[in-house]
Amino acid sequence: MAGPDYPGLDTLALHAGAQPDPSTGARATPIYQSASFCFPDSDYAASLFNIERAGHVYSRLSNPTNAVLEERIAALEGGVGAIATASGQAALHLAIITLMGASSHIVASAALYGGSHNLLAYTLPRFGIETTFVDPRDPQAFANAIQDNTRLVFGETLGNPSLDVLNIPAIAEVAHAAGLPLMVDSTTTTPYLIKPFELGADIIQHSATKFLSGHGIVIGGLLVDSSQFEWEASGKFPTLSEPYEGFHNLIFTEEFGPAAMIQRARKEGLRDFGACMAPTSAFHILQGIETLSVRMSRHVENTRTITAFLLEQEPVTRVGYPELDGHPDQALAKELLPNGCGAVFSFDLAGGREAGIAFVDALSVFSHLANIGDAKSLVIHPASTTHHRMDAEALAAGGIGEGTIRLSIGLEDPKDLIADLKRGLRAAGKKAGGSR
Amino acid sequence: MRIAVNGETAYCYTNSRDIETDKPTVVFIHGSGMDHTVWTLASRHFARHGNNVVSVDLPGHGRSTGSPLATVEEMASWVIAMLDALAITDAALVGHSLGSLIALECAASHSDRVRAIALVGTSSPMPVSDAILDAAEADDHAAFDMLTQWGFSKRHQFGGNRNSGIWMIGNTLRLYERSAPGVLFHDMRACNEYTSGTDQAAKIACPAMLILGAEDRLTPVRSTRALQEAIPSPVVEILPGAGHTIMVEAPNAMLDALHKVL
Ligand SMILES: Cc1ncc(COP(=O)(O)O)c(C=O)c1O
Repeated sequence: MAGPDYPGLDTLALHAGAQPDPSTGARATPIYQSASFCFPDSDYAASLFNIERAGHVYSRLSNPTNAVLEERIAALEGGVGAIATASGQAALHLAIITLMGASSHIVASAALYGGSHNLLAYTLPRFGIETTFVDPRDPQAFANAIQDNTRLVFGETLGNPSLDVLNIPAIAEVAHAAGLPLMVDSTTTTPYLIKPFELGADIIQHSATKFLSGHGIVIGGLLVDSSQFEWEASGKFPTLSEPYEGFHNLIFTEEFGPAAMIQRARKEGLRDFGACMAPTSAFHILQGIETLSVRMSRHVENTRTITAFLLEQEPVTRVGYPELDGHPDQALAKELLPNGCGAVFSFDLAGGREAGIAFVDALSVFSHLANIGDAKSLVIHPASTTHHRMDAEALAAGGIGEGTIRLSIGLEDPKDLIADLKRGLRAAGKKAGGSR
Repeated sequence: MRIAVNGETAYCYTNSRDIETDKPTVVFIHGSGMDHTVWTLASRHFARHGNNVVSVDLPGHGRSTGSPLATVEEMASWVIAMLDALAITDAALVGHSLGSLIALECAASHSDRVRAIALVGTSSPMPVSDAILDAAEADDHAAFDMLTQWGFSKRHQFGGNRNSGIWMIGNTLRLYERSAPGVLFHDMRACNEYTSGTDQAAKIACPAMLILGAEDRLTPVRSTRALQEAIPSPVVEILPGAGHTIMVEAPNAMLDALHKVL
């Protein structure tokens, strides 16, 4: 039997969470650039503080512009709720500190964004939270790394830098069998390319800095909860299932049911650590999400054109995109990411560091910078920038060569991107030729 | 709090407080396929305002064990048994949808135990469409989809939750999905078959209030006319913009309205 149809992704991307502004009729979501909100009377104030009414007190805790963004991303992902945070890093941190404390453990993919790796490998151990990193392409490795004190399994939908496709159904099964939730970072894929909750993930983290906002103008993060994970039944999450002294012994699973995790994250982590999103940032991200599908499909189309071009070029020794022959996850990509594997990928140039530097310096349409997910095309040469302290051996351990180039393909005319790349390849070819 | 009622374990949310017999009590009764969490804001509010609050999970719902009860009359008797078990002599009852019929039946059949009633998203009779009943009987997800979408006003199909960070459609759908197989069907059939509501309404002696969503598509305002005529001098509050899921769509306006009888 077919029930009524829900609005589709594009309709939700434009409308979810938003209503015409009740006081002015403004169609666009206004930027409520206000730190605080007036209480009509003292009892109303008390009721807001005690979670009896819906409304806003102070923009660190909630804000009307942010609320639209939060509801929109939750709708797009098919979750129950979300929290907008100051950055993608803040969203990851918020999830972790909501679910665990000292003496806990995380099992994470080894193929993570460098910032996420820093947090897990170096910073959180100082606070008693250890992480074991495992091969993202081996679900059994995740299973083997789980300990009694493990509280979270974590990976990126497309791993950094080799675009390892996370086998979400298999890894979710491993996590759930151990009574643990699976969180995925879906920054590079967005809900246009993959719906992690439908595949078994429990929590999603986004850096909204990238494709969601889409124009390289804002830093922001989003944490989304599916509510599918049974916190109480697992028995491993006292922050959610036992009284919280910091809020008059509130038990989040008891009072908020499906919204327990996201409410705890707001009432504690956002309140105490304070990494909230600025309302103007929320506005920019909302604006970006309105065109998510049209942008992402063009990002992917251009990426397919560019990867096909690069494959044919003399100094290019490897193009790492999961749709291409030779990528170890080609079959899995076809299954989980039929609409494309995003617009960020790397390729290798013959000629090592020198060729890489010459390539980057010769480009003029591609911007040389440290970011991804802009409407403009971006380039970086890891060996001379983000990873400049590492020698060839250390780079290789991270799946990076001295001649590896990372591109984030934008929305320009592909012919102009190709012309630009040709310039770079000529410059690189000279170095490669010289060093042969 | 968990207590024994009719040989099963019944759960009720009390704002983590013990029942104090010298305080007035407000009982909250959820609708079909739901649980006590739909009343969290309201029950926290009335707890702070000097009431015992008892927000129940009906048998077979949420944290209460047992099978779902078949009729509104049985559910009303269960609520009274719950009051007995808690040693509460009388209470105000707030019910949503199916819960409103239970509150109505309690007020009519156990008038000495009921101080006031507030019927939220109500109508009597409360006919349920065959499409919903058939899907619910088959434990078909379509039943959840129909109730979720038709339960919100047109404008709220895209959310617009004043309670930050919660996608209201998603949260309501998840509550239905969490219900045990068969529970929704039992509840919907009980609503459908409770046809004595207007007769019972005439017996109500306590203050009674109807809180209606102006854009309710499951229990439209016009379908409450018989009930409004049958209840002796009801207080009627029609909330603009709200559909059937009033606790989510108009939580603040509902609280303000409840103060008129509680
Ligand atoms: C995959 C991925 N996750 C998380 C982040 C961190 O996001 P932010 O820079 O918004 O803190 C980034 C940033 O580059 C990223 O690429």
